[in-house]
Amino acid sequence: MSEEVPPVDAAEPDLAVEITGLTKSFGSLEVLKGIDVSVRRGDVVCVIGPSGSGKSTLLRCVNLLEEPTAGRIVVNGEELTDPDVDIDAARTRIGMVFQGFNLFSHLNVLNNLTVAQRQVLRRSPEQAQETALRNLERVGLSDKVNAMPAQLSGGQQQRAAIARALSMDPSVMLFDEPTSALDPELVGDVLGVMRQLADEGMTMLVVTHEMQFAREVADRVLFMDGGYVVEEGPAAQVIGDPQHARTQSFLARVLDPTHQGPGD
Amino acid sequence: MAMSKRRRAIVFRRAQYALLLVLVLLIAFLADWGEIKKSFFDVDTAAKMFPNVITTALVNTIVYSAFGFAIGLGLGLLLALMKLSPVAPWRWIATIYIEFFRGVPALLVFVALSVAVPLAFGLKFEINSTAGLALGIVGSAYIGETIRAGIQAVPKGQIEAARSLGMSHGRTLLTVVIPQAFRIILPPLTNELIMLIKDSSLISVVGLTAAEYELTKLGRETLSRSPSLTPLLIAGLCYLIITLPLGQLSRYLERQTGGKKLSAPETTGV
Repeated sequence: MSEEVPPVDAAEPDLAVEITGLTKSFGSLEVLKGIDVSVRRGDVVCVIGPSGSGKSTLLRCVNLLEEPTAGRIVVNGEELTDPDVDIDAARTRIGMVFQGFNLFSHLNVLNNLTVAQRQVLRRSPEQAQETALRNLERVGLSDKVNAMPAQLSGGQQQRAAIARALSMDPSVMLFDEPTSALDPELVGDVLGVMRQLADEGMTMLVVTHEMQFAREVADRVLFMDGGYVVEEGPAAQVIGDPQHARTQSFLARVLDPTHQGPGD
Repeated sequence: MAMSKRRRAIVFRRAQYALLLVLVLLIAFLADWGEIKKSFFDVDTAAKMFPNVITTALVNTIVYSAFGFAIGLGLGLLLALMKLSPVAPWRWIATIYIEFFRGVPALLVFVALSVAVPLAFGLKFEINSTAGLALGIVGSAYIGETIRAGIQAVPKGQIEAARSLGMSHGRTLLTVVIPQAFRIILPPLTNELIMLIKDSSLISVVGLTAAEYELTKLGRETLSRSPSLTPLLIAGLCYLIITLPLGQLSRYLERQTGGKKLSAPETTGV
């Protein structure tokens, strides 16, 4: 809590996300017990850990989908935990991708991508459509413009959801277990899109069980357990050579033993 | 010789067909068709009802019901939002309203609106307003509960997605929750519309001029000057002219908007 408050009007603050002293309780259940995390601009940070460790809650606190019980959350130099801040405006700059895709089921793909651009960002229909089409192309769904969500496979829905978030031109993207609800053969497409985003320099905070992806794409990995960040560091170190006993036992359970060595 | 279970089921089913056939034949041979025709299908009486039954009665029934449904829908949406409000007094008011108007006979509301309220407040309602208000006030109690259930049935993830795109609470409600809720409640809402159409017959307690007759009133009025029950049959058939297509429309819309086979409702040229 000792850091200085970055100036709100800083054009390019070095830290995209800065979380200090974050706690979150649901009733008497304390899910996050004091989290300090920062994400540098352009970095990809993967959050791993067993279910119930609080990693999804942490992510959902970043755009205040969950109201933090205590602590400070600063995104792009703007303190979101300040009650005076316009959270709706701030959320347009933070893209979020959900485990269950959550495409608007009553709108076709194009309208899913344009509705918030038009209504929230006040873009013209032409501009919104142009942005939407560009992002659909980016995720390889140019041929699904007029499809309804229910007509798409899970992988296509998730890529459309990523394109929807990107259409708002966010500066940070949050991914909440984006491939956990997918059939195994569809996971690769979604991870491919995320990898490409990372290569383009997008700042990403990713809760995931995909260790391969975390190791290859993440700049840093956080291991969470029991509401704490137990271990953090470069991906190769946390996944390849974990120091903490709990990280070691988690990774041993998750990783295929044949892929455990740091050299593969 | 014991029959197998499947064999028994087949025999039992055939026995039911046989029984039904016997009943139909009995009715066909024993009924006095001449008498029945005179009582229910008297062509002269029926002919006298046209074109009034269509141009006045059917039209009025539709108009009263349309006013009632519009008011019921608006008021119902308001009640649903009140019931879901974080502000407790809104919820109390909505609950009291719904419990009251769901619990009292619609006829009382019609009498109150046509006699008591104008008398007490010195108001003079148009017949459309009386019918629309009475039907809307009663209907909204049912419709409100239906809409509330529909809103609550919208998956939470849809709301989270909208909020995470920067939509405000109200914007999310208008753009995502309410459109989806109405798709969910289309079948029960159709039922409520049909109930409301039938309840429009209660307006006949008000004392209508001939130009204000709806189907039931015209049917009863013609009945009193006719030896046969034909007017009631004609009125009944006219209700079906409205309600049967509504059921079809509801099923069509359901197919359009729900389930797996969705078609794009709003296509934008690419």
